[in-house]
Amino acid sequence: MAETKRNGDGDTLLELTDIHMSFGKVKALNGVSLKVRKGEIHSVIGPNGAGKTVMMNCVNGLYHPQRGDIFFKGRRINRLRPYGRARMGISRTFQKVEVFGGMTVLDNIRLGRHIHFKSGILNGAIYKGKTAREEIEHRAFIEQEIIDLLEIEHIRHKPVGMLPYGLQKRVELGRALALEPDLLILDEPLAGLNLEEVEDMARFILDVNEEKRWQVTCLLVEHDMGVVMDLSDRVFVLNFGNMIIDGTPREVQNNPEVINAYLGQEDLYATRR
Amino acid sequence: MRTLAKRTYMQPEDKTQPAGPRITKDLTIPKLFFSQAKKFGKDRVAMREKEFGIWRPITWQHYLENVKYFALGLIRLGLREGDKVAMIGDNRPEGLWSEMATLCARGVGVWLFQDCLIDEVRYIIDHSDSRFLVGEGQEEVDKALSVFHECPKLEKIIWDDPKGMRNYDQDYLISFKEVQRLGKELDREKPGLFEELIAKGHGDEVALLFYTSGTTSLPKGALLSHYNMLSMGKNLMTVDPCLETDDYVSYLPFAWIGEQMMSISCGLQIGYTINFPEDPATAHENIREIGPHVMFAPPRMYEQMTRTVQVKYLDASWIKRNCYELSTKIGYHAADLKFNKKPVPWYWTLMEWLAFIIVQKKLKDHLGLSRVRNAYTGGAAMGPDHFRFFHSIGVNLKQIYGQTEIAGISFVHRNGDIKFDTVGIPITETEVKIAEDGEILTRSPSVFLGYYKNPEATEKALKDGWLHSDDKGFIDEDGHLVVFDRSKDVMTLRDGRLFSPQYLETRLKFSPYLKDSWVIGDGREYVVAVVCIDYSVAGKWADEKKITYTSYTELSQKQEIYNLVEKQIRQANRDLPEAARVHRFLNLYKEFDPDDDELTRTRKLRRTFVTKRYEEIVNALYSDKEYVHIDTTIRYEDGRESQIKTDLYIRTIEDS
Repeated sequence: MAETKRNGDGDTLLELTDIHMSFGKVKALNGVSLKVRKGEIHSVIGPNGAGKTVMMNCVNGLYHPQRGDIFFKGRRINRLRPYGRARMGISRTFQKVEVFGGMTVLDNIRLGRHIHFKSGILNGAIYKGKTAREEIEHRAFIEQEIIDLLEIEHIRHKPVGMLPYGLQKRVELGRALALEPDLLILDEPLAGLNLEEVEDMARFILDVNEEKRWQVTCLLVEHDMGVVMDLSDRVFVLNFGNMIIDGTPREVQNNPEVINAYLGQEDLYATRR
Repeated sequence: MRTLAKRTYMQPEDKTQPAGPRITKDLTIPKLFFSQAKKFGKDRVAMREKEFGIWRPITWQHYLENVKYFALGLIRLGLREGDKVAMIGDNRPEGLWSEMATLCARGVGVWLFQDCLIDEVRYIIDHSDSRFLVGEGQEEVDKALSVFHECPKLEKIIWDDPKGMRNYDQDYLISFKEVQRLGKELDREKPGLFEELIAKGHGDEVALLFYTSGTTSLPKGALLSHYNMLSMGKNLMTVDPCLETDDYVSYLPFAWIGEQMMSISCGLQIGYTINFPEDPATAHENIREIGPHVMFAPPRMYEQMTRTVQVKYLDASWIKRNCYELSTKIGYHAADLKFNKKPVPWYWTLMEWLAFIIVQKKLKDHLGLSRVRNAYTGGAAMGPDHFRFFHSIGVNLKQIYGQTEIAGISFVHRNGDIKFDTVGIPITETEVKIAEDGEILTRSPSVFLGYYKNPEATEKALKDGWLHSDDKGFIDEDGHLVVFDRSKDVMTLRDGRLFSPQYLETRLKFSPYLKDSWVIGDGREYVVAVVCIDYSVAGKWADEKKITYTSYTELSQKQEIYNLVEKQIRQANRDLPEAARVHRFLNLYKEFDPDDDELTRTRKLRRTFVTKRYEEIVNALYSDKEYVHIDTTIRYEDGRESQIKTDLYIRTIEDS
């Protein structure tokens, strides 16, 4: 699989150049540069505390780096707030699921589509004509493209808080997809899932990346090496704020520094298979 | 819907011919399909499928077109008369279309259970000589691909759900749509070919090749003709007529004869609407949305419903529990009067009505049983407790008996003449006799043609047109048939009395905490049971009692759970003769599973197999040990294995 599929000859979608980010005296990111090309699955790996999530937070706008530039679709987005970046087409999931527990699955996903709603408050209050039509269109999109893809028909009207963790992760992915993003940041989508759920989730990620309808570029943070090496077009290895290597899965697996710093600790990061 | 004095199902029995067409030897399923589709055309809904959250209707016209082009597509791909087409997948319109198309193209349909393991798929495809396989999507295609090279007769694999199929480019794979496109091409070249093909058929030709689940050996392929299928449907519909306007939900596997009976044999004759759920996981919700008029399911479905009610009851508030208890008491009393064919006094009818208004109406709605006129159960034994439960809430549940070899059924209860220890009286055109050794023999137009490539088995099962069922039974004083289990499943107790372990097992299963049980005691000193707890229900109970556990195995071995199970067994023991009472039991570390060959695909216990597999446990149960050590590997569906090492406790039930 990893050998045949080669995306990412496209244009650069996201570029980080020389990003520095520190919290007090702790340097979380120390001059990191990364290029994500359109259509690829680009993984970021590294030991715990390497700064992976900080990096994701910089891309998505939760953190603003002290130095360095972030370009998305050729535009410098350093100063843009998270919602502005969402409007440009960046969406994400979180390491620990951040869903609205009291709301139903459908409502959670609907929420992800807010940027596509055109009608305003007044129209919404009246809820006739345009707003109603618009809502039906969005519902059709959610049903046909998201619920069907993620196979969550049976829980559509259930409150998310009542669902098992694996399904909550799926719902979160659904919400991120509802935005119809160009770049999807997946922060440890497989953490805490059982083997069957891991396989499902890996399949969904591939579907979203490859299926003509979606073709979403993915930026993936993950510890499960088996999945990372199978899915990714490129792998970026981070170690305490410093880049070790950015290359194809094969290059990464053969890099002595990586083996030394990271992959060697088989017991810690062994794949589940 | 239901009036004060009359339950809807108390309609007088219609002894005349049903509204459907006359069944002659010349009629075939495709001929009937064609005339029904022409008759109902664009105006009537043949089937509905819930897709993307919406029920989408499919008219008879649409049904006909889809079948026509798929049938012609199969011909274009080289299907010849009598060729087998294997099918696998969930219940969906495309499944029924491909079956109907196969028949129209003069092929023979072979259904596989959706959850068949690779070995079964290989055996059935190879044994049936299937040249084509119609699978639903990626999962089925993957199964087919993995056996493709071991089944040299298989030529094409057809799929209809494009999800996940983008990276498959084998030249023997072809999509459902593409086959239909080929069919349209052929239709343009040779208009009228489809009608010609249909006209050629004869009722005695083989329509379906059905692999029986077989509690004992490799599956056997039963050959059923068009006439077998249609006459069975007609005879059942004579007993319990259905209406054109009825709804039916098709969610049980097509590979089960009962589903074929409702969707093809009966459905086609009456022309009722067949509804397909969105997903197997939403089936129950979808049944509630549709509210079918007729229902046929194996006992496990009804057991599941009962369990749902019992669990909700345990969760309900004080006032709800009391209302429920009261209405159940009324319901049981009234149901018992009817079982005993005693008149129901007016004040009980009034009470019944109250119970209906307060509790049962809602309860039936939640179970999707609001409109059910006839609910059938068959395929395995159903416990009297479950039976009484459904009648107490006013659901006209009837036992059906029959086998694949007689196209589904041959016995059914009649309205107002229900005895829960019998399977009713023969349907029209069916004769029965009991052989000297107690074997049940039946004869009817629906008796099958024989087993495929298995003359010895055919000879054993078919003698002078009589079907030898291998089941034992007798006819009681009311003319009802009473079925014992398979001959070898009847056990002899220490006092010499014959006893059916299934009876005990179904009684135990009435407890919501117990999912499965296996009762042993043939020729032994006392009766013992192996119990599988219901993980979700027992787990919830444990949560409430603040008992911690991490897995099924651990939970099953908790002493509190043993106490709970003991209580349930004591309850079941109470009504039994002394020798039949369960004396010792243990909780198994896992549930019985068809994938481990412990159950058949229709969830019947394979006694010979489990006796061999759990020999150690049985021996321990008949010793004075207090636990048995288990060291075994469990195989998961995806082929992984894990080892289990544990001690299983054995509990002795002291006589109280």
